[in-house]
Amino acid sequence: MNNKQKKVLYRIIAAALMMIVLLLLPLEENSILRFVLFLIPYFTIGYDILKKAFKGIKNKQVFDENFLMAVATVGAMALGEYTEGVAVMLFYQIGELFQSYAVGKSRRNISSLMDIRPDFANVMLDGVLTQVDPDEVEIGSEIIVQPGEKIPIDGIVLDGSSTLDTAALTGESVPRTAGIGDEVLSGCINLSGVLKVKTTKEFGESTASKILDLVENASSKKSKPENFISKFARIYTPAVCYGALGLAILPPVIRMIIGMDPSFTQWIYRALTFLVISCPCALVISIPLTFFAGIGGASKEGVLVKGSNYLDMLSKAKIVVMDKTGTLTEGVFKVTKVVPVGVTEDELLTNTAMAEVYSNHPISKSLKEAYGKPIDTDIVTDVEEISGHGIRAVVDGKTVYAGNIKLMSSIGVEANEVQESGTVIHVAIEGAYAGYILISDKLKPNSKAAIKDLKKVGIRQTVMLTGDSKSVADMVAADLGLDKVYSELLPGDKVDMVEKILSTKGDKEQLIFVGDGINDAPVLSRSDIGIAMGALGSDAAIEAADVVLMDDDPIKIAKAINIAKKCMRIVYENIYFAIGVKFVCLFLGAIGIANMWVAIFADVGVMVIAVLNAIRALRTKGL
Amino acid sequence: MKKSYKIEVDCANCANKMEQAAKDTPGVVDASVNFMALKMNVEFEEGADVKAVMAEVLKNCKKVEDDCEIFL
Repeated sequence: MNNKQKKVLYRIIAAALMMIVLLLLPLEENSILRFVLFLIPYFTIGYDILKKAFKGIKNKQVFDENFLMAVATVGAMALGEYTEGVAVMLFYQIGELFQSYAVGKSRRNISSLMDIRPDFANVMLDGVLTQVDPDEVEIGSEIIVQPGEKIPIDGIVLDGSSTLDTAALTGESVPRTAGIGDEVLSGCINLSGVLKVKTTKEFGESTASKILDLVENASSKKSKPENFISKFARIYTPAVCYGALGLAILPPVIRMIIGMDPSFTQWIYRALTFLVISCPCALVISIPLTFFAGIGGASKEGVLVKGSNYLDMLSKAKIVVMDKTGTLTEGVFKVTKVVPVGVTEDELLTNTAMAEVYSNHPISKSLKEAYGKPIDTDIVTDVEEISGHGIRAVVDGKTVYAGNIKLMSSIGVEANEVQESGTVIHVAIEGAYAGYILISDKLKPNSKAAIKDLKKVGIRQTVMLTGDSKSVADMVAADLGLDKVYSELLPGDKVDMVEKILSTKGDKEQLIFVGDGINDAPVLSRSDIGIAMGALGSDAAIEAADVVLMDDDPIKIAKAINIAKKCMRIVYENIYFAIGVKFVCLFLGAIGIANMWVAIFADVGVMVIAVLNAIRALRTKGL
Repeated sequence: MKKSYKIEVDCANCANKMEQAAKDTPGVVDASVNFMALKMNVEFEEGADVKAVMAEVLKNCKKVEDDCEIFL
């Protein structure tokens, strides 16, 4: 508790004690002495509320909670209901204190989850290791990170090796190793060895700063329920105030006209009950608190959500469109099979790797990697790329063709279709078929489970988009159990495809696109929700996406949807519960069944319950 | 131009009121208050005098909620 809260707590205790004493004293009902004595606890507990209400009226901001409470309690005191008058003020203050404590506590909880802000950087100054503000470290400086410290700024390891705890960034509990030449990200905790790091970014542009920025600003993008609540509060409070005024005046006047006893006191008491019930605090506090807790809980799992509106949308997702490479597969191509025909395995691989020596395509790279030796480029001449087919080159005097089956038939070489998952490169040397090399991209270990989970959380359709050949794509799709697959797409086609799928979805359905964030920026922004995965350290992806998965595990997609669903469920529970209880109590108050004590429950009790419910959104275990 | 300020406010409804007050201040294109992070993000009009506008924003916020603070 901070000082302000402590002061309120003391006032609450003092006022409560005074009230108990006064209730025990044998004071005469309706005596002046009783009134004056009750004014002491009343002002002790309520002076600031009265002051604020007065200032509100002066600033033409009449209908706020302070005004409601001031009118209700002053009215109660005037009617001779001293106990109620003080009690309403007392419980209102208890409610406010609880709220401020709960909010402060969850604020701290969530910030400690995201406790990745580094406080200092160690720099060598005149031969002495000095702690400096990370903001002052320039790009290219050398910093030292001791075991147990957070890496303050993104950089490259110059010296030393260590293991890094990346849990705060990715939610992944297995430590990563880092050695000379490795890129390290700020926010990771150095566990074992001393690292000398050359910074590659400024502090403000480093991963830790960017992530904190993103999470802290997340609730600026407000969701529909939040906007609804602020609108509701704006209309509701004045409406209830006029309702109370009507309740105080109309029934007695009508009773007077029809010749009954007007019983003003009774109707004014009911009107005051109205005012106490009407306070919108429960709603106004619990909805943003729920979203805040939901976003905090998600970031604990390595899922960064850029706004509470995206939690709302995620919970309504029905279609998931995924990129293949890098999302469902590792995105790393490897030579998995070499099948020579009439030549040795080595000859086939050597000739193909040499023919592809000038190409930077991932497939060529994997060939060169499999070859594993430096290539003498002098013996490779007349390289010609045959678009959509493959490559032709003269290697050591022999003409080599390497490419797909179309290339083989176009040069009149007979080759058989190969039915295997991956990219097949057929090779012909000096006009004779020499066999094929199979290059494939491994599925991520969790991809299959991820698709299954998506179905479980209510996704109607799972779609895969890929630039790969139809045979490869179909095989992967069948293996994973995807509903639809579109293959052989050029990068531009993906946007068209997503637009086509967007046009088939229902009004309230949302479409998620998941990509690795490298070439997907247009698609990420075109879809309802763009999820970039494995985005750790990729600025472009963090910019373009609405939801960022810090590690590259596709199973987190379903997890994010579950977190969003839980959060939205709590939001609606709170809305229905709070509004429901208030309306029931307002009705009971109007017909005289609910007294001031029920009204206090409707105000403070509902708020406490709603806040406690909201905090549940922070818990993401088992989702 | 966008800028972010730290704020101090006690209740969520007051934060909503501050947001509305900031939005209604001349020179401000859009404003949003994040009650949880205690931050106010303000987008200024092209060529607006940020300091003068923020002084005005603070004044308007004080009007709707006496008990608030913006750290300029």
